[in-house]
Amino acid sequence: MRLIPLFIIIPLASAFLIALLGRRIKSLGDWLVNLTALSLLVFSLLSLKLVAVSKIILFQAQGVLPTLGNCFILDGLSLFMLVTVSLVSLMILIYSVSYMQRYSDKWIFHSLFMLMLAGINGVVLSGDLFTLYVFLELASFSAYALVAFGAQPEDLEASFKYAIMGGLASIFILLGIALLYSYTSTLNMADMSLALADKPAGILLKFVAVLFLVGFGLKSAIVPFHAWLPDAHSSAPSPVSAALSGLLIKALGVYALARVLFNVMGVYPQAYFIFLVLGIISMATGAVLAIAQDDIKRMFAYSSISQAGYILFAFGIGTPLAVLGGLLHLFNHAVFKSLLFLNAGAIEYSTGTRSLKRLGGLNSKLPITGSTALIGAMGISGIPPFGGFWSKLLIILAAAQAGYFIFAAVAALVSIITLVYYLKFQNFAFFGQLEPIWSKVKEVPFFMRFSLIILAVICLISGLLLLPAFAPFLQDAANILVMR
Amino acid sequence: MTIYLLCFILFSVGLYCLLRKRNIIKIIIGLAIIEYAVNLFIILIGYRMHGRAPIFARDQLISNMVDPLPQAMVLTTIVIGLALTAILVSLAIRIYEKYGTFDITKIRRLKG
Repeated sequence: MRLIPLFIIIPLASAFLIALLGRRIKSLGDWLVNLTALSLLVFSLLSLKLVAVSKIILFQAQGVLPTLGNCFILDGLSLFMLVTVSLVSLMILIYSVSYMQRYSDKWIFHSLFMLMLAGINGVVLSGDLFTLYVFLELASFSAYALVAFGAQPEDLEASFKYAIMGGLASIFILLGIALLYSYTSTLNMADMSLALADKPAGILLKFVAVLFLVGFGLKSAIVPFHAWLPDAHSSAPSPVSAALSGLLIKALGVYALARVLFNVMGVYPQAYFIFLVLGIISMATGAVLAIAQDDIKRMFAYSSISQAGYILFAFGIGTPLAVLGGLLHLFNHAVFKSLLFLNAGAIEYSTGTRSLKRLGGLNSKLPITGSTALIGAMGISGIPPFGGFWSKLLIILAAAQAGYFIFAAVAALVSIITLVYYLKFQNFAFFGQLEPIWSKVKEVPFFMRFSLIILAVICLISGLLLLPAFAPFLQDAANILVMR
Repeated sequence: MTIYLLCFILFSVGLYCLLRKRNIIKIIIGLAIIEYAVNLFIILIGYRMHGRAPIFARDQLISNMVDPLPQAMVLTTIVIGLALTAILVSLAIRIYEKYGTFDITKIRRLKG
């Protein structure tokens, strides 16, 4: 299947071209990145039909032994991630056409963003563990550099923290991969899961599972490993925060963890329970810490931890309904969290501050930012009929069905806490009296408004993905995780 | 067995350095040491007693070779490690420009 490598080659080539020519031709970056993201979206939508027919598409370099060479696999779950990633990244890139004018050397941003996109796509598509590791590192490195993009002291500090944590996480993952290779003598995911099915589950496999949990847990910032996330996500430029929160922690963390633990190693009952407990802890801790924040982006970053907890919790329940809900929540969260981060960027763009105490009454001056932020906030706190309501409903229903009544109650409670802090955000930033200093504030430029509105619309209608007409898209992805 | 133990000790030295040292440069060195320990471990996985290099040739008998795949993996991870070190060191230089110190207890403008 010739389509698969394009998902990695196109962003890589565009990163290369921008790095080569971007300094001389100023407008090249804007055009090229948007074209790239658009073509990725088109290709991923084109392959929807292919995957619906043949379920799993394999791509392999020719002349290599199947167990040794690196291969790429496109199945329902990868395709689901690809569509999410390309849709959200296209919106982020359209937004950054105007937003990134504030920074000099925009071409570096474009080049790094394309590298990150190539890395994420590679992680999502890779069919063997070492390829996964390489692309994971590619995406992480560009993320470290993007966090430090503003080169303010805080940015550098956050980036250093992130890079140390991320580097340690990658080493744990590599150690896990090495141990698995020594046990099964293959790197291919499918072969490895076959080989592991024959062998008894010993202490080595549990150790490897713990290594992966720590490694991917650090990447996805589930609670004991979350310390870097609020710093990194709040220091980065807003489009980057949106990409980190919306895409990176899901593709590198949650997706990779689920793929490796569920599809390669096979799950033990303990693994489910650990997912469940870690999910609940992240959910509650993130939400409680978010309430007290004054910086808008810090609040959203803690909220990301909380929402990633929901996804993990859903995977931990493990019933088909729960996994479906978890995946829908993953999609929803990618959409509304990037919307909210872009809103925070729009507020910062117009007023120059992110501190909630200094803002107030911006609704009259920034009507579009205000209304889209309201939609995003309602979506994330699960007000019907927004998309977030349906995914949370599915997760809580599935938890109750599986008999975890207390956990279901906690999940519902956290949803209410989410509503509280988003109301706080709305109240301090948009409602009430306009502060006199903001009387000259103008609405953001066209490109920023455009992507805010599109994301808000998707946020409003994403519950429709559950309709029978669109159901195969989610169902194929969920089947991969519950097949065993 | 001893050699695996030594490899583990190398890993622990790196981890200790990463967790306990205050100087940014020493932290970076700690991370590099951990990475070398893991690389060494991967090479050890593919090692065989008295094995020869896995080079394919017509007149050679395929008898006792070391496993080539871990070596290929380690080549890649060394390059990745170099990139990580380069990023960290360049960050450290910029941090020193801004803060005037390498001590992480003094680089605390972000509240945890």
